[in-house]
Amino acid sequence: MKRIIFSEIEGRSAGFRGLAAVLGLFFLTGLAAVMYVEHAGHHVTGGSNQVVWGIPDVFAMFLIVSASGALNVAIISSVFRKTLYKPLERLSCLLAVAMLLGGLMILVLDLGRSDRVIVAMLNRNFKSVFAWNLYLYTGFIAIVVVYLWLQMERRMNRFVPAAGMAAFLWRLALTTGSGSIYGVLVAREAYDSAIMAPMFIAMSFSFGLAVYNLVLLAACRGSGREIGDVLLRRLGRLLGIFVAVVLYFTAVQHLANLYAAEHSGVERFILRDGGIYTLLFWGGQVIVGGLLPLLLVFVSSRRGSHLSGRTVALASMLVIVGAFSQLYVLIIGGQVYPLTLFPGMEVSSSFYDGVVASYAPSLPEIGLGLGGVALAGLVVLFGIKLLRFLPTTLVNAAIDPHHAAISDKA
Amino acid sequence: MNMNRKTKKKNIAGRPGFDPGRRSFLGAVAAAAGVTLAPGVFLYGVGASGPALAREPGVAVSGDVRWGMLIDLNHCDKGCNECVSACVEENGLKGHGRPATDAQWIRKVDIHDPDTGLSQSLPVMCQHCAEPPCVDVCPTGASFKRADGIVLVDRHTCIGCRYCMMACPYKARSFVHEELEDQKPHAPRGQGTVESCTMCVHRVDAGGQPACVEACGRKGGGAMLFGDLKDPGSEISKRVASYATQQIRADLGLDPGVRYRNLK
Repeated sequence: MKRIIFSEIEGRSAGFRGLAAVLGLFFLTGLAAVMYVEHAGHHVTGGSNQVVWGIPDVFAMFLIVSASGALNVAIISSVFRKTLYKPLERLSCLLAVAMLLGGLMILVLDLGRSDRVIVAMLNRNFKSVFAWNLYLYTGFIAIVVVYLWLQMERRMNRFVPAAGMAAFLWRLALTTGSGSIYGVLVAREAYDSAIMAPMFIAMSFSFGLAVYNLVLLAACRGSGREIGDVLLRRLGRLLGIFVAVVLYFTAVQHLANLYAAEHSGVERFILRDGGIYTLLFWGGQVIVGGLLPLLLVFVSSRRGSHLSGRTVALASMLVIVGAFSQLYVLIIGGQVYPLTLFPGMEVSSSFYDGVVASYAPSLPEIGLGLGGVALAGLVVLFGIKLLRFLPTTLVNAAIDPHHAAISDKA
Repeated sequence: MNMNRKTKKKNIAGRPGFDPGRRSFLGAVAAAAGVTLAPGVFLYGVGASGPALAREPGVAVSGDVRWGMLIDLNHCDKGCNECVSACVEENGLKGHGRPATDAQWIRKVDIHDPDTGLSQSLPVMCQHCAEPPCVDVCPTGASFKRADGIVLVDRHTCIGCRYCMMACPYKARSFVHEELEDQKPHAPRGQGTVESCTMCVHRVDAGGQPACVEACGRKGGGAMLFGDLKDPGSEISKRVASYATQQIRADLGLDPGVRYRNLK
């Protein structure tokens, strides 16, 4: 295998400037949305005393879960020693940190008292999964930054596997923490399950790789760098495997719930009677985000070895649509379904007991969510412009030792 | 507590230069001024609810006490809302006409058994659990349980993450979505923070009972009883020892301080 050369992108093209402007605009819109909600009060959002976590949390969870998943590409190289992924390590770390920052921005600015973040730093309840997550998030950023530096500083390269292992274990803990935020909610029928933690890990593999694929494809296309079909085939098929694992966990989650009579109500709601939530589950999560990408990557790659960048990009986009659907059904659908205070009874009150609550995302909430995505985008965009994150080429001969050996003989 | 008070009095009386006559005169003036200027507050403070139970300022809450409620559904009428009105009045929970976001610390829930046809009505509020999930999940420790069993939110450390609202099985908590006006000094609230029934802690600490219980006894069906579940001699302890009582979602094992009787 040839030595990998990394370089910055030039960052002067109209495309770069246009993208930076759009992301900047979204970022500022997100901040403006926060100011508006702070000024007018949270009643202007779609949130209520029934649905306390809205679309910003869907965005935040997507970014945080995907952040740890985006890191997997680097882990595959550093920990599992797959040299094919070596050139992809740096971008993987950058994307992981960028998405976590974006997710954290949303989480913090969605608080009722964002100004009191320092309070959260100074007062910790160590029994709270949220408090654990604060350590897991900050620790993740610190570990990945060090891991990245070890990769980029040639004299320190020998420590990369050890740092990769630390980052791998930490990211597993982080996603366990994210899933457990929901898993420990014993009172909510849609959650209350230990499967949330491993399911979130599977989701992170899938969502994170989907985002990684898109960013890599866009960055290479925008800066005129080639990607060989060996790598495309690997990335596409790996995504397919992760998508299948998410589908497996989803099936186990719902089958287990269907066996428990006490959970049959919420299952009927999600799977059959839930209107938009049922549509998003079957249409968004299962078909668009699950079966279609599976078909795309496995059927395409069976026909021959070729899996085009366009197919991988399309499959990745579908996975992201599925990811938002899944998180929306989980987070919002799980809340709109009423709490069961009196099993078997018909219940009514002035506080929406016994009825399915309504939730419609408001513009400020969507603005905040997109603002977080924009922050992640800006960090990546300026990261690859300022530092050497991207390999100059990803053609087969440059990254695949087997392919290179054949070429050399020829 | 009374012993302490007596000891303190003796010590002060033994101080050089102490004039008991002057002291009692000042006390009488203060009492007269109090009755004149703030009759409601003053009379409430020495009210019949029992100053012997009142907690001195600066004295820690005792774990020897567990405040609780017993609500008898046979005396709770479906149309009666006195407990709710009293809570709103006592704690200044004026809404904005937006039921989805306005706070409710106590609500009347009507339940109907489709199999038997039985209908009942009951007030539901924070159940002041012995094992409160809201306290477990709160990242800053703003949700806390006092030694006497009352579950509260510290409005100074609540960051408004709303995780406690996700964790509460009773839907007992509200998020303050809008700006507040005309707050009651004894029930401070805060925009962007979470709140719930305080069991009228300001009254309880002064030796009184929650506003809902008082209103239910005065204007409602007398369904609510407040007292110390750890005191075997208290009325509430005697009743829970004599009759079967129920907890909402007893299966969760949270040991709520609010119990119900005749909940079928």
